[in-house]
Amino acid sequence: MDVKFINPFLEGTVSVLKTMAMTEPIAGKPYLKKDNQSRGDVSGIIGFTGSARGSLAISFSKSSILKIISNMLGENYCEINGEVRDAVGEITNMISGVARKNLEAQGLNIQAAIPTIVSGENHAILHVLGGSSIIIPFETKAGPFYVDVCLNMQR
Amino acid sequence: MDQHLKILVVDDFATMRKVIRNLLKQVGYENIVEAEDGITAFRALKSQKIDLIISDWNMPNMTGLELLKTVRADEELKITPFLMVTAEALQDNVIAAVKAGVSNYIVKPFTAEVLNEKIKKIIEKLA
Repeated sequence: MDVKFINPFLEGTVSVLKTMAMTEPIAGKPYLKKDNQSRGDVSGIIGFTGSARGSLAISFSKSSILKIISNMLGENYCEINGEVRDAVGEITNMISGVARKNLEAQGLNIQAAIPTIVSGENHAILHVLGGSSIIIPFETKAGPFYVDVCLNMQR
Repeated sequence: MDQHLKILVVDDFATMRKVIRNLLKQVGYENIVEAEDGITAFRALKSQKIDLIISDWNMPNMTGLELLKTVRADEELKITPFLMVTAEALQDNVIAAVKAGVSNYIVKPFTAEVLNEKIKKIIEKLA
């Protein structure tokens, strides 16, 4: 995967969580992931087409997402329920929107599909392209989450 | 600034409606009704007086852009202020919304203050 795709997703993630959930995530060092296992307990996955093709998955640990959603909706959430899953979809959608806007500035016109949500311990992340993906790990005060991107230029 | 405006929030994601409702309350707007898509929103608009529509772009059944066009084509509703919410500000979308008569648009993510600024600008234009 082209490294120029990493920063737009990193910036999108920080911007969305800071603005909508008063959470300041700290990004760790990106690394290559070769398996399809999620690093979190609930994931939002969204596919891309256009100038580049692939998918983005954002996998939250239970502790991190419950804190993020509690901040975002102004209520306390203790379990990953339908409302939390719904919010994970919306967060995924927003991060994708900011990232695609940043990529548009690089001359790439990318369309996004509707996000799907998967939850449960050790659930699988099935990227559109298959193969390895890049993980950007993030830490929050309430726990970790992972941005998992697999995107390639369309020839 | 009229905090008594009746605002219709249209979004297929219940959580996003809740987020927008919370943001509106933070800046003093309490008179809020909700709709989960464009069709439900249009029914609400025909049955009660709404001062401002805040609608998502991407929705099933009737998109935000289709709702905007429907509102602008309706004799009773055509001047109702319309704030479009979108997850992206891709140029083609913005042009399409402006052509269809959107009052303003706001890109997610946004704060209560930014939302309030957008509403103020729309209301000032009407005054």
